[in-house]
Amino acid sequence: MTSLWLIPALPLAGFLILVLTEGRLPRSVVAWIGAGSVGIAAVITGYVAWQFLAHDNATIVSSEWLWFSVGSMEISFRLWIDELSLVMTGVITGVGFLIHWYATGYMSEEEGYSRFFAYMNLFVFAMLMLVMGDSLLLLFLGWEGVGLCSYLLIGFFHKVPEFGYAARKAFVVTRVGDTFFLIALFLIFWQVGTLDVQEGLAFARANWDESTTVNTIICLLLLGGAVGKSAQIPLQTWLPDAMAGPTPVSALIHAATMVTAGVYLIARMQGMFELSELAMLCVTLVGLATLFIASFTALVQSDIKRVLAFSTMSQIGYMFFALGLGAWSAGFFHLVTHAFFKALLFLASGSVILAMHHEQDMFKMGGLRKILPVPYYAMLIGSAALAALPLTAGFFSKDAILLGAWDEPNYGGLFWTGAIVAAVLTSLYTVRMIALTFWGEPRGKTYEISADSLWNPNRVRTVMPFLILGVLSIFGGWIGFEFTKQLFNETEAPHGLLYVIQHLDFVPVLTFLIPLLGIVLGILFFRLSEDDQFRKGITDNSLSGILSKYWHSGWGFDWVYDRFIVWPFVTIARTRTNKNDIVDLIFKTLKFFASLFHHILSMLQTGHIRWYAFTMFGGILIVLVLVMWV
Amino acid sequence: MLAAGGVAWISERIHVNLPRWLSLLTFIGVTAWVGAVWLGGPDQSGLYANQFIEWIPRFGINLIFQIDGLSLLLIGLTAILGVAAVVSSWTETKQRTGFFQFNVLWVMAGVVGVFSSFDLLLFFFFWEVMLIPMYFLIAIWGHEDKEYAAMKFFLFTQISGLLMLVAIIALVWVNYEATNTLTFSYEALLGLELEGSIARLLMLGFFIAFVTKLPSVPVHTWLPDAHTQAPTAGSVILAGILLKTGAYGIIRFVITLFPEASQDFWFWGMLLGVISILYGGYLAYSQTDFKRLVAYSSIAHMGFVLVGVYSFTTLGMQGAIVTVIAHGFSTAALFMMAGALQERLHSREMSDMGGLWQKAPRMGAVTMFFVVASVGMPGLGNFIGEFLVLVGAFNKSIVLTVLATFGVVVAAVYGLSLMQRSFQGELNPRVSEMQDFGVREMSLMAVLMIALIWIGVHPQTVLALSDGFVQILEVIP
Repeated sequence: MTSLWLIPALPLAGFLILVLTEGRLPRSVVAWIGAGSVGIAAVITGYVAWQFLAHDNATIVSSEWLWFSVGSMEISFRLWIDELSLVMTGVITGVGFLIHWYATGYMSEEEGYSRFFAYMNLFVFAMLMLVMGDSLLLLFLGWEGVGLCSYLLIGFFHKVPEFGYAARKAFVVTRVGDTFFLIALFLIFWQVGTLDVQEGLAFARANWDESTTVNTIICLLLLGGAVGKSAQIPLQTWLPDAMAGPTPVSALIHAATMVTAGVYLIARMQGMFELSELAMLCVTLVGLATLFIASFTALVQSDIKRVLAFSTMSQIGYMFFALGLGAWSAGFFHLVTHAFFKALLFLASGSVILAMHHEQDMFKMGGLRKILPVPYYAMLIGSAALAALPLTAGFFSKDAILLGAWDEPNYGGLFWTGAIVAAVLTSLYTVRMIALTFWGEPRGKTYEISADSLWNPNRVRTVMPFLILGVLSIFGGWIGFEFTKQLFNETEAPHGLLYVIQHLDFVPVLTFLIPLLGIVLGILFFRLSEDDQFRKGITDNSLSGILSKYWHSGWGFDWVYDRFIVWPFVTIARTRTNKNDIVDLIFKTLKFFASLFHHILSMLQTGHIRWYAFTMFGGILIVLVLVMWV
Repeated sequence: MLAAGGVAWISERIHVNLPRWLSLLTFIGVTAWVGAVWLGGPDQSGLYANQFIEWIPRFGINLIFQIDGLSLLLIGLTAILGVAAVVSSWTETKQRTGFFQFNVLWVMAGVVGVFSSFDLLLFFFFWEVMLIPMYFLIAIWGHEDKEYAAMKFFLFTQISGLLMLVAIIALVWVNYEATNTLTFSYEALLGLELEGSIARLLMLGFFIAFVTKLPSVPVHTWLPDAHTQAPTAGSVILAGILLKTGAYGIIRFVITLFPEASQDFWFWGMLLGVISILYGGYLAYSQTDFKRLVAYSSIAHMGFVLVGVYSFTTLGMQGAIVTVIAHGFSTAALFMMAGALQERLHSREMSDMGGLWQKAPRMGAVTMFFVVASVGMPGLGNFIGEFLVLVGAFNKSIVLTVLATFGVVVAAVYGLSLMQRSFQGELNPRVSEMQDFGVREMSLMAVLMIALIWIGVHPQTVLALSDGFVQILEVIP
């Protein structure tokens, strides 16, 4: 199917047009090219999906051409559409289009409009290559490409040095993960003899079993790559800083698509991961640890975007957690629903931030529901899905994960408890965010929103993305799960309300009720006025002071990395000797001796007769002394 | 046949002190010639051009010029970068332009000679030919500390070249003892069986000469000085082409003339490469001078060449060759950028820069492109080279390859810090007015960008050309 190539080619063409015109196009044209190219790609994806379903889910393969062929390695450009990549492509082009649409308004008052959409289109292209590529090297091409775009977009406002730092941090930290990924590719190539995903998995299924050490090493290396890209412990520190980018970027790259690439990678390599118990356990533990740490951190943030960033980290933690437990469909399903509601949350927060003239501190907001009704309701819907309020999309996917945890044979109870506690935390920080931003009375300045600004959240053009994402956040869960289950051949996986009703058992009911309880508690607590004795008693004692400080810093990861890696690296680099290259000292010393001898010897030939006579005399004297002595 | 024609064609014009137009036309002509030869395809023995003239038959020294795929690739690179060097220094050198162009052309003639000589003494002759004009380029048109840098460059290359000469003569002598024929012909010496210890010694003679040129740690220290002080055209030639003669020498001579000795030497070769990658990368990060930073990054990239060659796999060898070509383009472009900045700001110090994107968005975007290329972004040429090198090397030594792979992270650190310190951040208050790239500079950069994208997306063009040579290597045990 040749038209498959159109899907990534359109955003690439958009990028090229915008770059080659160097920002000379009028803004309206830029908007049409930027958002339009992704929109048409989404329509084509819809057509491809229809074809796919019409032919009994038969894999669709694009035409191919040779990238390179050296010795025994032959890599082609070829796209591969199966259930997994189709769903991802749909999310990228669909949600991507809505975010582009929103961004045409959001960025309307910024410099570099054309550059922004150029980067965004390039990102969509790279992300599509990541999910559609049929070989690991093509996947890696997209993988590095999205990293580059993430860097470019975080540092989009390049005049601010801090943003530049955040951008570089994101690139370098993820690159550490990428290096593991790269080493995994080498290992796969030499062990399997190909980098083709399907051939590789087939090889693993046929030749390897649970005791194959190489497979475990490969999986752990891939996990290293996934951890970097998906901001999981221990490479998670870049994501909160990445919020320096414009909010549509945070929505698209750092919530809906790029950061879930790690989840996609693991799901893609399911055949290898399933063979290694150790690797699976590691995936689970990484997910669980991130889930916990990020949830606690989100609870004490004051910057609205940082709350959402830590929330993204923790939700991806859920996905890793689920994958590691073998609840593949639940984890992947959560990726999809999360893309809907987290994009919605980010877009709504973007409107809030613009309305507050780039103020992101929630303690300076409050009472915004009156002036920003549309973002308020959008945020309510998104939050409901995030906190897994029953019947929203987030509920279906999270419930499936929690029940999947219970089904784990060895540590099921433990995992379930951990995940459910984190679910309560999720509810709490979500309610806190809503309460601080929208409820109560305004604590800081509020501004008038001029009716003709393009980002005005009361205009139809801006509301549409909210509306569509809102509908998806509520209803997206009802249809999706059956489809995702087919993906991983898990018809037995537990899910949803129906399951709860059918098995009125202790655990499903608890799993259903506890997150709900979290929401209720949260509402009760955060509705209290700030002077309330009970509320003060909890927030103002010394223990909570220390804890919140510790949590606020993201559990000190940054501190440790700065102290033990960045600081020595930079300090040694800055010293003078190092700049001047120590090795050069050897040659400088050589030169020093050479010129020393040069000076000594040239002293012997000064041309002064006196000096010659003197040395001659001295020489004779020494000889005489020596002769007499001996 | 045509190879000698090409070389002679250059040398005809060399003796006339004609200014830049002539030299530009010459390089364009050579580029066109290379293109024509390439399109013409090779003959049965895989050669694109072949020329044999007797020189000093008594000692078996002849003018043997041959161009196979590998030579053609490098000559093509030389020709394109020749154009780039001339165009980029169009406004920079204002005095003695005739002599300047004379030197540029002579260096290039020497390089083309090096890439096409198949007689060892002829090879050595050209090796020296390219050295002296380069010395003048640095010493006359260089910057503040030019004499020191030029002398350092000269001494390093000359001393190591001397070792090579000794090794060449010794090799010919051993051959004479064995076969009773006196010959300097590469092909005649190729099959010579050498005793282990002699082979090791002679191999080292060649290796040191080439590795100094490459350069690799610990004999790299001439490079940053030479680069910083050289005029833009000098830097472009130096980084884009002269370093490549070192890589070429190792690939063409060291591992084919002394196959066993080189095989035994693999660990040290790779180790030097890895040290170069990490140490060069780290020092690049430590620099505050735009040009010095790029110079150290060259050392790191050339480390990949060593790693690839000494992996003794088809993948690694091809990777090394692609790295050579891609690095030629990307680094040349970055040096031109440094030259353009110096012309505008009269400084190479990055503390005098910052926020330049606001004044010159085109220059910013172009720099970003080449930084991204040299960081090893898939889709651009450098990635293909580095990836193939690392895949190939992985089979030989996992530990060394893993270390080399982490060099990719270091590359990101220094690459992005270069970008940040020069073009991003707040506008440096000392920068008042700055002119962005015009048509001349932009079209030049466009050529280099297209070349890198082409190598990145369709490296088969390069791989197919060097394939013939690498195939032969595999035959050698």
